[in-house]
Amino acid sequence: MANEFYIYLSILTPLIAFFITPLLSSNPNLRDSLGPIGGLITFYSSINIASLYLDGEVLSFTFFQISETLSISFKITGLGVIFGLVASGLWILASIYTIGYMRGNKEKNQTRFFTFYSIAIFAAICIAYSGNLLTLFIFYEVLTFSTYPLVAHKQNEEAKKAGRIYMGILVGTSIVFLLPAIIIVWVLTGSLDFSTNGILKGNIPNEYVTFLLALFAFGIGKAALMPFHKWLPAAMVAPTPVSALLHAVAVVKAGVFSMLVVITYVFGIDFLTETNGAVWLIWISSITLLLSSCIAITKDDLKARLAYSTISQLSYIVLGGAIATNIAVQGASIHIVMHAVGKITLFFAAGAIYVATHLSKISDLNGMGKSMPLTFVAFFIGSLSIIGVPPMGGSWSKFYLMLGSVEKDYLLVIYILAISTLLNVYYLLEIPAKAFFQQKRTNIQVTKHPLTVYPTFFAAILTIILFIYIEPLKDITNLIFGN
Amino acid sequence: MMPFIIKNLPILIVITPLMFSLIVAVLNNNRLAWTFSTFASFLTMIFTILLCFEVSYKSNISYYLGNWPPPLGIEYVIDRISIIPIMIVSVIGLIATLFAHNFFTLEIDEKLVSKTYSLWLLTIAGLIGLITTADAFNLFVFLEISSLSAVALVALGSKVDRKALVAGYNYLILGAVGATFYVIGVGLLYGVTGTLNMGDLAQKIPALGLNKSVIVAFTFMMLGIMVKAAVFPLHIWLPNAYAYAPSPVSVLLAATSTKVSIYIIVRISYTIFGSSYEIYSFESLRYILLYLAILAMFAGTIMAIFEKDVKKLLAHSSVAQIGYIVLGISLATSTGIASSFIHLINHALIKAGLFMSIVAMGYYTLKRIDVKTIAGLGRQLPITFFSFVICALSLAGLPLTVGFISKLYLIKAAYISEGIWLPFLILVSSALSLIYIWKLIEGLWYNEKSLKIEKIKELPEIYLPLLVIAFLNIYFGVDASLIIDNSFIASDALMSGIK
Repeated sequence: MANEFYIYLSILTPLIAFFITPLLSSNPNLRDSLGPIGGLITFYSSINIASLYLDGEVLSFTFFQISETLSISFKITGLGVIFGLVASGLWILASIYTIGYMRGNKEKNQTRFFTFYSIAIFAAICIAYSGNLLTLFIFYEVLTFSTYPLVAHKQNEEAKKAGRIYMGILVGTSIVFLLPAIIIVWVLTGSLDFSTNGILKGNIPNEYVTFLLALFAFGIGKAALMPFHKWLPAAMVAPTPVSALLHAVAVVKAGVFSMLVVITYVFGIDFLTETNGAVWLIWISSITLLLSSCIAITKDDLKARLAYSTISQLSYIVLGGAIATNIAVQGASIHIVMHAVGKITLFFAAGAIYVATHLSKISDLNGMGKSMPLTFVAFFIGSLSIIGVPPMGGSWSKFYLMLGSVEKDYLLVIYILAISTLLNVYYLLEIPAKAFFQQKRTNIQVTKHPLTVYPTFFAAILTIILFIYIEPLKDITNLIFGN
Repeated sequence: MMPFIIKNLPILIVITPLMFSLIVAVLNNNRLAWTFSTFASFLTMIFTILLCFEVSYKSNISYYLGNWPPPLGIEYVIDRISIIPIMIVSVIGLIATLFAHNFFTLEIDEKLVSKTYSLWLLTIAGLIGLITTADAFNLFVFLEISSLSAVALVALGSKVDRKALVAGYNYLILGAVGATFYVIGVGLLYGVTGTLNMGDLAQKIPALGLNKSVIVAFTFMMLGIMVKAAVFPLHIWLPNAYAYAPSPVSVLLAATSTKVSIYIIVRISYTIFGSSYEIYSFESLRYILLYLAILAMFAGTIMAIFEKDVKKLLAHSSVAQIGYIVLGISLATSTGIASSFIHLINHALIKAGLFMSIVAMGYYTLKRIDVKTIAGLGRQLPITFFSFVICALSLAGLPLTVGFISKLYLIKAAYISEGIWLPFLILVSSALSLIYIWKLIEGLWYNEKSLKIEKIKELPEIYLPLLVIAFLNIYFGVDASLIIDNSFIASDALMSGIK
């Protein structure tokens, strides 16, 4: 019981922040300090959960038994530990950054913003520690709805349109594909609980595996698999902290996390290998990752380019799951961490630039490197991590993914990964290159807010730390499939 | 005293609102009339709760009116099935009565307000009577009581909009056609069996075999009640009646009246004709109902998407939701019927909440509530907006609300009996429903104010009903076992009647 305390703590902290924030609207300093404090507490308990998990403890509890086979329950799994650590750890960083951004940018309705920000984190943590498909689905939807007020924060015509696309795709896919998929699993197996070797083996005719997996893959719209990827660029109308924490970390990672959970804990990778049910997913995700890289090149808006880059990177993770070997899934789950840290650096930088100069177009950034050196160096480091250059964390996950595809003789996949890396180099490094080596065109006033710059730089350093300090992460991923 | 009450509970829940409706009619003071009505519906709810406990260990209470045993006398039966709609009517009745006061004062001529409360209580009495009675003809009487008083209530909306008179008239004519069809069926059955008691009928019908009169009677009765239940395409009276009625009447009718009629459909097909299920097997009717339900799901949703008048929009959405409920019944399996009961309860909670919060927003305009007139009101009416959003998300089937539980079980039932195509249709229509739900939420959320009213303050009197209904929508979305278990008990009890 005492150990389950940490699950409660990590789930309840953001929830309490959600309830307290509106009460503190008259005292902005106190209100804004809730974020970093909450982040620290949640991260602390996530670390404890991780170390308990490494010690082989099985932590789980049922919050509510709806009927015999339906319950809202939580259980610590290897994948969940990783996602929980990412979401809570980056929440600390993002909440400090958010204060700088919201104040530097003089945004309206800050209390409402912080309120929904905490509930979104709450949903993400609940997804990470969910013990069955129902719980996962519930908080998946809570996450969608709680981020809507954040996406539509500006309450103008543009935000309205983007909000429609956002909700339309995310809720639409989850209702039309994901929900029936879950119910089919429920009817077939009589249970929705996750198990380290999957629960479907022997319960489903082999020829239906592909169909059911397709329902899941397209139903989890948050994984942004083409053709259901449009919501992510649309969500970029939100203030940058939302794009940074939610649309580079919590929301999209909740999507790919759900994909990995479904692949490993519902289907089971051995079962998928046996039935060849996931081969098509390899190609769909390959197409997505190449196409979205190509689209990213054409985008001049910095956040839109980062959004398409995110879509491409998410497909790496789906790809890892679809290859369905131990190493590939490990690579995919490490990529959850690495991409999160790398991409949050890039978004932080984009937001810091916007706060300081109100520039959002890449073509306007010529020569800005001299006025904002720290930010652009951070952007450079973050880009290298996304591309996968040592000594940045991103190199590990790409290495594992390639190892996984070699193991299964998918040589074409290796080529695709290589081409995509080249594309990454092209569309990401263009930005710091322009900033440092080209001439400034006009005089632009720069008013930096320190709380936006330092978290950015810290996140960049984190990518290097993660390269060196990879052992604990590997230990956790080794346990994804049980001992 | 107490044993007397316990013994007579089945009639007390009907007689309490009936008697109070007489008292209220002669009162001159409007506030007093409201207080009395609230008291009456509160008392009814207390009796219903007592009855719930009674039923939970007796499982079947049979009450002879005036101690005349059936088949001559009228029998009232309360069992695990009928307690569900009784609970819906008395709970929603109380919440709606609490809510009604401000709106009746505003929307109806001052002289008529106390008479309105009288009709209001009469409607509640009629609806509960419909559920409790086990006598086919007595059911017709209650059908008329509830319909006629509801028609009068709808027509009272004429102070705000004269179209209410036409809406009431349409409701009257179609309601009368439905009731007549029903009574024709009852007459035919009486002709061949010589009894009106439902249990008695169930015993005598199998002996008649494929008697033409029985077949025709079955058809007439079902068609008549389907009009009342607004099963597509017999729903045309519903959108206007809900839209032009005075605000509290929309709340009461939307949440209860069609639900009760659907319950009667279940009773007729399973209790009266259930014993000869093989002969009058649902099989033929089942598919008719199934396809009508699918049509209703899509037609109602699409009509709602293109509708601008918010009350009408919600009414169209009701047509679609009735489709879901009928769909569950048409599956003719235990899970299917249980899922229908679950949605019956949940939809009452959802629609009552939606209508209450929407008409509360219309309070400031006294006109038709348009998608445009409510624009930007969300910020000024935070509590109303909050409960509206909760109920709207519940209608959309967001997890942690009752709507999700309904959908979960309905889809499971549909998948088990029909395969993947039916769940897919249900889900597509429910995804479509997001469009109109979103239209409303968006309208309230964004800032474009169109109302030129300087000071809008919420009425504190309606906080209680609004928050209670929002709470129930969430509470039963998490702790759904009460609703789920009782629905399964009810459906198993119904299915056990089939031989």
